[in-house]
Amino acid sequence: MAAYADEGPLGQLVAWLTDPGHWTGPGGVPTRLLEHLELSALAVIAGIAVAVPAGLVIGHTGRGAFLATSVANMGRAIPSYALLLILFPVFGFGLGAPLVALLLLTIPPILTNTYVGVRSVDRDTVEAGRGMGFTARQILLRIEARLALPLVLAGIRTAAVQAVATATLAALIAGGGLGRFIVDGFARRDEGQLLAGALFVGVLAIVTERVFGFLERRAVPPGLLSGRGAEVATPGAPVGAGRA
Amino acid sequence: MAGATVEFRHVTKRYDRGHKGRGAVNDLSLTVPAGNICVLVGPSGCGKTTTLKMVNRLIEPTSGEILIDGRDVQKEPVTELRRRIGYVIQQVGLFPHLTIGQNVAVVPSLLGWSNARKAERVEELLTLVGLDAARYRDRYPHQLSGGERQRVGVARALAADPPVMLMDEPFGAVDPIVRERLQNEFLRLQRELAKTILFVTHDIDEAIKMGDVVAVMQTGGVLAQFGTPTDILANPSSDFVARFVGADRGLKRLSLMRVADLELRPPVTARPGDHAAESRSRALADPFPYLLLVDTDGRPLGWLDERSIPQTGVITDAMAIPMSPLVGFDTTLKDALSMMLDADVHAAIAVDEQGCVHGLVTVDAIAEVMQRRADRWSR
Amino acid sequence: MIRWDWIGRNLDDIAESLAEHLTLTVIAVLVGFALSFAASLLIHRRRWLYAPFTSVSGFLYTIPSLALFAFLVPFTGLSLLTAEIGLVSYTLLILIRNTVAGLDGVPAEVREAADGMGYSRSQRLWRVELPLALPVIVAGLRIATVTTIGLVMVTALIGQGGLGQLMLRGFNRQFPTMIYVGFVLSVALAVIADAALLLAQRALTPWSRGGVR
Repeated sequence: MAAYADEGPLGQLVAWLTDPGHWTGPGGVPTRLLEHLELSALAVIAGIAVAVPAGLVIGHTGRGAFLATSVANMGRAIPSYALLLILFPVFGFGLGAPLVALLLLTIPPILTNTYVGVRSVDRDTVEAGRGMGFTARQILLRIEARLALPLVLAGIRTAAVQAVATATLAALIAGGGLGRFIVDGFARRDEGQLLAGALFVGVLAIVTERVFGFLERRAVPPGLLSGRGAEVATPGAPVGAGRA
Repeated sequence: MAGATVEFRHVTKRYDRGHKGRGAVNDLSLTVPAGNICVLVGPSGCGKTTTLKMVNRLIEPTSGEILIDGRDVQKEPVTELRRRIGYVIQQVGLFPHLTIGQNVAVVPSLLGWSNARKAERVEELLTLVGLDAARYRDRYPHQLSGGERQRVGVARALAADPPVMLMDEPFGAVDPIVRERLQNEFLRLQRELAKTILFVTHDIDEAIKMGDVVAVMQTGGVLAQFGTPTDILANPSSDFVARFVGADRGLKRLSLMRVADLELRPPVTARPGDHAAESRSRALADPFPYLLLVDTDGRPLGWLDERSIPQTGVITDAMAIPMSPLVGFDTTLKDALSMMLDADVHAAIAVDEQGCVHGLVTVDAIAEVMQRRADRWSR
Repeated sequence: MIRWDWIGRNLDDIAESLAEHLTLTVIAVLVGFALSFAASLLIHRRRWLYAPFTSVSGFLYTIPSLALFAFLVPFTGLSLLTAEIGLVSYTLLILIRNTVAGLDGVPAEVREAADGMGYSRSQRLWRVELPLALPVIVAGLRIATVTTIGLVMVTALIGQGGLGQLMLRGFNRQFPTMIYVGFVLSVALAVIADAALLLAQRALTPWSRGGVR
């Protein structure tokens, strides 16, 4: 391998990637990827379980709207890196701090988007549903939830990308995941490993974003295909939360 | 500055096929005399707005020329041209970030007027359009009602005293009551200002009311008829114009004619104290066999018919039966007719400003005027 | 739990971290805004540029910050430049999107009135369109600023980082007080910066009723 050492950063990247030793065992790429996905998925699923029902109820009843927007703004003001480190003294090393941090970061975008999605359902449509004899529960589940779905998925997309990004930082504390390659790369001044880690994380984030974007477009009811125009970020609006 | 003549010479505007021909203008030639309001009216897509916007070159014609006082608009720098032409649109388009005073002073600012001169002009114009300058000058547009905003729009267009004004459905976005008031105020204003005004509307009633001359346009940007409102109502040049002005064009024409235009029928009059027998025989000899009782100044007191005039003795005002409607010389025939129908009578009494009787307006006389015009149409 | 005495003894150190944090943020937001503003004016004139500009900045926005810094380090080193390249990259999407949306949000009739009264193109842009777009542009600046304050933390891993550096040292030394101080100050900085921008926008746009439309 020493033969490649002088070939600059890209040469070292290629050397690292082509070393079969890096693709097997407990420190290998597949294991790290699995760890990364496990942590992210757990956080997103937990986030959905908490935020979607809460958002539906807030949107349907209109009560707690202030809470929903405050949570969204807090999610932006508290950076993920800081959140991870602040939880560290509480949980110490291991999965505890990263899991709680990720969960706290996935809730705001999902909650806000669900709430806004339900709120923005045309009131005439709801009125028509009521007129046809839908119960409150049927209105919520068959009309509001269905029409809010694209926005809910947009929130989940933001949360998922956020989770993948923050799971990278989690390597500092939990020791696993793809972020480990970056952290170790820095520590050992191993540019090949550093770039490989960056590549894996970057690709995973882009793929996550694309997959959820695809699901989101599929979920738009055919009658609403004209789309919702360009997104504009306003504080409190249902677009991307903070970055990690 | 009083108005300038605006002349269109063979003006054509063509759009690509994707545009479906809406808004195109086809070989338009007409001359708007200085100081006149020319209303461009027609169904949507007939090219009336395109015609308007070619004057200040928001749209450039495909061919032909437009002259203002003999000068070709194409030969002037476009921003300078626009600063000398007032422009009023339906949505007003006030600048939300400027106060009312700053909005009115927009063109003066572009022209580099001094602050003192601008302030004076703003005050003058707001007063002119009926807004208290001290109260409105420092407000923002969102603090005004639709009607107030529209007045500011007119003031802004007048700021640099342009000889020509373009108005694109200026009163289209306000409710009918406010519209009526703005129309009347604007006509009063125009009597003082005597600008040359091109005015776009799709409402034939507004066209008839506002226009000194009216250009009726039809789809494809063809000028269907150009003339005074009376002309167009009396002699529509084609089926299209006749349909566009509506089946009630006779009634519409009545709204253009006033009592003063009519030959008034002299009534048979008597004063309290006159001999009943003599008055009775005079009244019954008239084709309109009623006696109008007037006071010594000639003001009407009431009517007497055959049954209520006694055979002998003198006439007293207690004998009079209720009055017909009173109309002035300025009352339109449409209003006069409507008053008569409401009161269920055959005649209205035309009085001067002192209230003295000048003659009678009868339903028959109005019918006759309409009949006379109808004969001319079929000629 | 919190060692107040440590805070008392290290006030200078803490102030320095705070100042460094602020400097990193201000540079990133100013440079990001200058680039985004120029890009937005280009897009305003040439509409077709919108898609390529936003997909590139969207791509950058999606890449996790640690990965982006890791990409850059082999080329630009553990330097301020590396930090700023990354930080600026993350402001672009928000700022371009909001500036363009602000300009697009100018009502058509206002634009038409400006043309009709004889504004030149640049007069219309600077005197009418940009003032009216200001609330949406500032909304973008607020989000970009708060986001950047959070991301500056991560630059601690490449030797920069202001308050992030403070937190990282606290983490490495297992000394929670440093972590708490860094956390509280960074959140306070974000909240204050956000409020300051909002107030500035209110002062600059006396015509709009609320802040953001």
